[in-house]
Amino acid sequence: MPQLKIPTPLRPYASGESTLTLEGETVAEILEAMVDLHPQLRKHLFSETGQLRPFVNLFLGEENINQLEGLQTPLEEGDTLLIIPSIAGG
Amino acid sequence: MNIYIPENILQEIQAHGEKAYPEEGAGLMLGRVEEEQRIVKSLLFLDNAREENARHNRYLITASDMLRGEHEADSLGLSILGIFHSHPDHPNRPSEFDREYAIPWYSYLITSVNQGQATGSRCWRLQDDRSGFSPEEIITLPAS
Repeated sequence: MPQLKIPTPLRPYASGESTLTLEGETVAEILEAMVDLHPQLRKHLFSETGQLRPFVNLFLGEENINQLEGLQTPLEEGDTLLIIPSIAGG
Repeated sequence: MNIYIPENILQEIQAHGEKAYPEEGAGLMLGRVEEEQRIVKSLLFLDNAREENARHNRYLITASDMLRGEHEADSLGLSILGIFHSHPDHPNRPSEFDREYAIPWYSYLITSVNQGQATGSRCWRLQDDRSGFSPEEIITLPAS
């Protein structure tokens, strides 16, 4: 099953886990499995309308999923998906 | 809440803010959390990815740079503890823009740089309800 790496700031909302092993064949399915398992993650990753928040980025290896097939990017056994925030301020 | 920073590392952060002046400079603080105390061990200096005409009062660390930071932290056996950035000719308090875009848990260290000279750094953490920041005391350690 694919793995999902959780960045340090979000681990308190994932029972302290740094890596989750989840069932799913696409990025969207993995994210759904993640919030089913750890519902507190939903508000930090998704807006009220269900869209990924702008500072949330997902990488499959070194590639941003936006350069692949977005949330429909297929995942294979052994793939590792990373949640990477981008940081902005003033 | 405290964050422990070796004196030489704090000086490097402030020097980076001076070098970036009159633009904002930014980077990542890497370190360890030991018994809930944050100890900064290393820095990763990053380019301010905002467009040129916005860099005097805005900064951006791209996801690719954050990914690089995660790899760098992993290779050193450390974690990303937070972000440092400078406020050219402004106080070292978080702006409303900082609050809107802040991520929980991270330490946000802000250095005020007045007329090109760093005049002090303070550290902050976003409150859980996102309504504001709480100060995090910087405790300097002897140079590492």
